[in-house]
Amino acid sequence: MAELLITEADLDDIAAGAAILGTGGGGDPHIGRLLAGAAVRAGGPARLVPLDTVPDDAVAVVVAMMGAPTVMVEKVPSAEQAALAVRALAAYLGRTPTHLVCAEAGGVNALVPLVAAAELGLPVIDADGMGRAFPELQMVVPTLYGIGATPMSIADEKGNSGIFDTVDNHWAERLARSATIDMGCSAMISLLPMSGAQAREALVPGTLSLSAELGRLVREARAAHRDPVAAVTGRLGGVELFTGKVVDVVRRTEGGFARGEATVEGLGDRTGERLLLRFQNEHLVAVRDGEVVATVPDLICVLEAEAGTAITTETLRYGQRVRVIAAPCDPRWHTPEGLELVGPRYFGYDHGTVRLGAGTVA
Amino acid sequence: MRIGIDVGGTNTDAVLMDGQSVLAAVKTATTRDVTGGITAALAGLQRQRAFDPAAVNAVMIGTTHFINALVEADRLAPTAAVRLGLPATASLPPMVDWPERLVEAIAGRAYLCHGGHEFDGRRIADLREDEIQRVAEELDRHGVRSVAISSVFSPVNAEFEQRAADILTAQLPGLAVSLSSEVGRMGLLERENATIINASLRELAGQIVDGLADSLEGAGIRAPLYLSQNDGTLMDVDFARRYPVATFASGPTNSMRGAAFLSGLETCAVVDVGGTTSDIGVLRHGFPREATTEVSVAGIRTNFRMPDVLSLGIGGGSRVRGDAGAVTVGPDSVGYRLAEEALVFGGATLTATDVAVAAGRAAIGDPGAVRDLDRSLAQAALARIARDIGDAIERIRTSPEPLPVVAVGGGSILLPDEIGDSGQVHRPEHFAVANAIGAAIAQIGGEVDRIFPVEPGQRQSVLDEAKQEAVDRAVASGAKPGSVRVVEVDEVPLAYLPGNATRIRVKAVGDLQMEAVRG
Repeated sequence: MAELLITEADLDDIAAGAAILGTGGGGDPHIGRLLAGAAVRAGGPARLVPLDTVPDDAVAVVVAMMGAPTVMVEKVPSAEQAALAVRALAAYLGRTPTHLVCAEAGGVNALVPLVAAAELGLPVIDADGMGRAFPELQMVVPTLYGIGATPMSIADEKGNSGIFDTVDNHWAERLARSATIDMGCSAMISLLPMSGAQAREALVPGTLSLSAELGRLVREARAAHRDPVAAVTGRLGGVELFTGKVVDVVRRTEGGFARGEATVEGLGDRTGERLLLRFQNEHLVAVRDGEVVATVPDLICVLEAEAGTAITTETLRYGQRVRVIAAPCDPRWHTPEGLELVGPRYFGYDHGTVRLGAGTVA
Repeated sequence: MRIGIDVGGTNTDAVLMDGQSVLAAVKTATTRDVTGGITAALAGLQRQRAFDPAAVNAVMIGTTHFINALVEADRLAPTAAVRLGLPATASLPPMVDWPERLVEAIAGRAYLCHGGHEFDGRRIADLREDEIQRVAEELDRHGVRSVAISSVFSPVNAEFEQRAADILTAQLPGLAVSLSSEVGRMGLLERENATIINASLRELAGQIVDGLADSLEGAGIRAPLYLSQNDGTLMDVDFARRYPVATFASGPTNSMRGAAFLSGLETCAVVDVGGTTSDIGVLRHGFPREATTEVSVAGIRTNFRMPDVLSLGIGGGSRVRGDAGAVTVGPDSVGYRLAEEALVFGGATLTATDVAVAAGRAAIGDPGAVRDLDRSLAQAALARIARDIGDAIERIRTSPEPLPVVAVGGGSILLPDEIGDSGQVHRPEHFAVANAIGAAIAQIGGEVDRIFPVEPGQRQSVLDEAKQEAVDRAVASGAKPGSVRVVEVDEVPLAYLPGNATRIRVKAVGDLQMEAVRG
């Protein structure tokens, strides 16, 4: 695969696909889409390079937004702020980054590296740290390889920046979260400095082009009056768990995270059945008629039944017709270390993982 | 007595109402200056039912004039946007996502200045008076007469928008100022967009409101004048001059509310079947459920309070294809050519109207023209329509309880007498003037939409506080104190925010305090 040039025309597809991989969380990519559009118009197309072409001696860094998506639609972040975070990290490392990396392919952070790319004149690697969206920054595959999230930088729009050097990636999450709150709940971070060799080993490959492809599949299926949900499910190698109507949504906030449950009542072949979705920013567990049928780390995506667009946990509403699909995550998440980091028990559920096509795992 | 008037793109409708009863109803043609049509409508009411102009307590007008002006990019004033938010937000300046054509139509200029707040009310940066003064000089030099001011998190704290307005008008006394905190809710770009649209309509609003007042005066009516807002509540003339954008969705809202009123139902689904589409909305306690997503108007993303309407491609002109075993209806339609192309009008296209006539639902055109139509095909097509509309109602309703259905519009003959578990379909009289009735029955509203910190155990008291604030706002806007009730509460905990921050939206409405007639 050769280098791809991302122009403004590609961004709608990437945003739509990233919303699907966001599994209900990760923030609405709309603002990221606008920022990337402005960046591409000003600085020219962003270069997307395949993971396997990144040279060993590359200096790859993640750039991402941290904070509340609801704040970001009001205090809109800037491209400069993203660049400031990268420059602050580069200054501390004493090395110049050669590649930008996406923390999570799901939601708004799929687009943040494209925003910074134009400002910094750097290519973006077609890969990400999660292969989906997760709420905390230690939840990246590189953590499983012992790659430190720090040194990491954090920057606000006022020009403040800081560096964390922590004993492990959980501490990085904790300290950065506190600083983010003081920065007004929206900050740009740059982290996970990796060599090219590390990046090739530890990132999830091809996920930005996958986002673009998912967005394109949905758009084309809709235009041709084909089924966009089937197209997405097929591309992700997933299964359709359920089709139905949302009949109940309960939300509560615990420790800064929006937890909740949604009940979907079956329609069509599923008439008479019920699916319970448990979410914390992302959809984490699906229970069909009392049986846990899918869990993190596999992807549980809730899509609008006909249009195939992703529905976030914040916009779930009574009456929506939805189809729920489950798709396999990067296999490394299903190792014991992976499940310790992002399995159902980490999120406080008292059951094991259900792996797509493999059944329950303790 | 009160008078409700709907000024649409084509027709101006008026009703004279006393309490709950419709005394007179007329339909006239809309004129470009608006006033001509209203004068004709008022004269029509007089002819139908003579009334003493002094006995009219209030006049309510709903109009699509302002939204049409935007869509047509017609008569928009040169407008500037001033955003207070630096050093934040600079990457996406005002109007960044607008169609170029509309930026040109308003000769749009954008200025970014320091200011804005954090989500919790802290300041991002202090306002710099010298920056605002320089903007004033620029506006003066470029002949800008109307300005939209937005500030980051102004729904939480509007102090900077207000101060910037004071500084600008001190230097430019004739400048029209629109504040984003008065226009929209959370979501900077969408709120700002709505505010800029509003600013571009201010001059037109002044002319139209003057025209409306003149035509009432010409008819000897001295009662206070109100305009319908998007959410089905009223605003007074002063507010309408300043915030014309608040009328944008009043058309569908008034139509739904009028239909519900005529059928005597407060909670129902309204199905408006036209020639090409069926628009389906839901009313709860007499008010339309609002769309929760952003609404694009003329290609500009906004977050107005718009009713949630589901459109299906089924109408009187929808083409019917296939046979009794596999029939399709729409989504393509012969549209306005129905009177030439439908079989019952001597045409050659099988339409939904033809199958309704063939099945004996209505006598339109020449029923003989469909005498030989396969009866099972007609029944299958009508069953298909009933099923699709029934599904759409199912989809849009907000609770598991069956929802009564009110059918209006010329194509409502396509609907059966009963739909799904909703029971009998209500078909009210006077539905042709439902918009004007919706305007006449409008109430006064008050709304709160903010992020509240909700400490454990404090949820109820925070909700009560928000509700009281909404009620107080309704009363301050002219609602009769005892009549105000809360009609909508929506709370969404915000992800990744500390302190259990929750976005709470409350809407309260009450009856208009009918003042003694002025003068």
